[in-house]
Amino acid sequence: MSRFRRLLSTPEGVAGLAILAVLLLAALSAPIVSPGDPLRIAGRALLPPFADPAFPLGTDRLGRDVLAGLIYGARTSLAVGLAAAFSAMILGVCVGMAAGFAGRIVDEALMRVVDAFQIVPGFLLALAFVSTIGVSTPVVVLAIALGAWADPARLTRAQVLAIREQDYVASARVIGMHPVEIAFREILPNALPPVLALSATIVAGAILTEAALSFLGLGNPNIATWGSMIAEGRSVLRSAAYLSVIPGAALAVTVLGVHLFSEGLVNALGDDGGRTA
Amino acid sequence: MSGIFCSLRQFSVTYARGNKAAALDRIDLDIKAGERLAIIGESGSGKSTLARALAGLLPDGAKVGGEMHWPALGHPPRPGRDFGFVFQDPGTSLNPLLTIGEQIAEGARRHLGLGWKQALIRAEELLGRVRMPQPDKVLRAFPHQLSGGQRQRVAIAAAVAARPALLIADEATSALDVVVQAEIVRLLDGLVREDGMTLVFITHDIALASGFVDRIAVFRDARLVEAGPVRSVLSAPKSDYTAVMIASHRDLSTPPLIAEASP
Amino acid sequence: MSPLLSIENISKGFSSAGRQIIALDNVSLTIAAGETLGLVGGSGSGKSTLSRILLRLVSCDAGSIRFDGEDWLRLKGAALRRKRARMQMVFQDPLAAFNPLATVGTVLDDPLRIHGIVARDRRPGEIAMLLERVGLTADHANRPVRALSGGQRQRVAIARAIATRPSLLVLDEAVSALDVTVRGRILELLVDLQKQQGIACLFISHDLAVVRAVSHRVAVMDGGRMVETGPAAAIVAAPQSAAARALVAAVPCLVTDPS
Repeated sequence: MSRFRRLLSTPEGVAGLAILAVLLLAALSAPIVSPGDPLRIAGRALLPPFADPAFPLGTDRLGRDVLAGLIYGARTSLAVGLAAAFSAMILGVCVGMAAGFAGRIVDEALMRVVDAFQIVPGFLLALAFVSTIGVSTPVVVLAIALGAWADPARLTRAQVLAIREQDYVASARVIGMHPVEIAFREILPNALPPVLALSATIVAGAILTEAALSFLGLGNPNIATWGSMIAEGRSVLRSAAYLSVIPGAALAVTVLGVHLFSEGLVNALGDDGGRTA
Repeated sequence: MSGIFCSLRQFSVTYARGNKAAALDRIDLDIKAGERLAIIGESGSGKSTLARALAGLLPDGAKVGGEMHWPALGHPPRPGRDFGFVFQDPGTSLNPLLTIGEQIAEGARRHLGLGWKQALIRAEELLGRVRMPQPDKVLRAFPHQLSGGQRQRVAIAAAVAARPALLIADEATSALDVVVQAEIVRLLDGLVREDGMTLVFITHDIALASGFVDRIAVFRDARLVEAGPVRSVLSAPKSDYTAVMIASHRDLSTPPLIAEASP
Repeated sequence: MSPLLSIENISKGFSSAGRQIIALDNVSLTIAAGETLGLVGGSGSGKSTLSRILLRLVSCDAGSIRFDGEDWLRLKGAALRRKRARMQMVFQDPLAAFNPLATVGTVLDDPLRIHGIVARDRRPGEIAMLLERVGLTADHANRPVRALSGGQRQRVAIARAIATRPSLLVLDEAVSALDVTVRGRILELLVDLQKQQGIACLFISHDLAVVRAVSHRVAVMDGGRMVETGPAAAIVAAPQSAAARALVAAVPCLVTDPS
């Protein structure tokens, strides 16, 4: 596919794709590299990194393997990040399309709902939701999605409103196409590309929000997450800084990778469709 | 009056992205000082590329070959000061957030060193010259309040505000309807004659240009096909392509394609 | 015999920035089966608004339209969609008139499928025949529409419009965006199609010369009103209204002799 090649032609696209590939590999290979529960007590406590070949990145206060925590944490971050972004996108696109097509009262009503969700800072919303309902992973995913769906909704609606005025939509009406078919065959496929470009940013935000929630102790306590690892390392920050720095660095690199990938995606998608014969 | 204003020798332009074919291919053309020259071509002929090359508006990464000399000026023309440019779409060539007066006065202020008050007075004069009704009201109006034809008049006024020596009109009438087109062409003709400007008029409509220019240059697929005084080119075209263009022209005396009687 | 299309006293107003703008003021016209009516006027004359009202893309404030023996404006929903097969349109901008993702084949398949013109297995054959009818070859069917030239795209637009075998074709500035050398061929195609299939046409343009080439009768609009109608030759030779005179005078002529 030529778009893929274009993605690879930009330095951002390559860097982003590389980082995400490493991340994905780490997440998928977790059971192979570090079999067993990453939260079990594996060895002596507070081993520094590179001291013991069995624990390449050392151990934490309770003797848990940092490397195991890191790669299982990658799974959590990716899974929660992708699931939350996906849910936010689906919800946002559906609401945006409904508002764009229905117009008038329904449009106004939906946009006021979107306004309400946009006014509340996404993180606080997720925080309030999780503290009230509970700390299981699906609840965390839902909480993050609730804070992130408003932007895709607005963008989708704007795209639908713009495309509805185009001659090719009028053409479809003139040949007698059913409105539902017009919505899904003519409008939606042309409305989506900028919204999809937004999705990468949402994934990055979701990963950070998940890390922040588990840092505060509001994530699922039974799985390894980078946020909880950073939180655990706070009490020994002076003596064993690596406990917080390593997962922190992993988080930073991941978010950077997603942003670079998104830049590359925008460049690859952006060159298309603007060309005239 | 007989000096050369601009001289192109083996001039080529290739755009960086997209197809590797040249947008302009080894053009040899002279633009005489004070003349009215029409560049005629269809889509893909390179006429817009030529307009942009003359104005220094080629995109980054466009590769330029050959030579472009400006003997009359001695240096490449400065935008606004030495040349004015009128774009095709008056809807997007004017700034929607500035009043008409501000947009026309800006050129006079920047290049003639006038203060705002004097520049606005000059703007009002120019609006009168381009035959705008109620120039004092129009000075305070915004582009969206005017029709397409009126906006193009404003664009022309803005282009000549600093009394440039060269006026480039890139398909300036193509987005207008036929009646307004004729008015704008008359306006351009009059303005250019009065001020002794050199005019480069780019269009796809050979008949429209033939009504008022001195010379025409026909472009096709990035090459210059033919150039010469308008009467000789039209009555005895040297190239087949020019002959086809002339033959394709339709006016009210061309026999219709349908039978006269209704079915 | 009653006319194919009869537009009576159509009016339409817009309110913009607090002012009332009258786009159409009691406009009437008729088109007989198999004839071409040229509708001319400058920008703002209301001709595009009239075409959009006719194609049921916008509503009007008052007036009636009788098409093919029925009250056209009263049709709604599925009945309207079915009847649309009888009236089709070719738009001005051949680039914007197609879904950016479409191929020539899907563009032509849509109307055939929606109106069940031919059985599914015969559709590719019908598409090939339509392409040939408009002067393109059958192998164009797999190409994306965006890859074609302006003239080719307009041919595809005409093929799409005649796919449902309409009795009326509305062409809104259909050749204005095309190169002059291509224009003549498209006009010849339209006249040819009319001769073969007896389609009536409403040909809208601001260029009287183009309208003259293909129209039996001409209607002139100015400022939202219909100011003059008559046989094409008569309007061109002896225009009565100021608008018609301005349009006649504005047509550029090739000045070839030195005088």
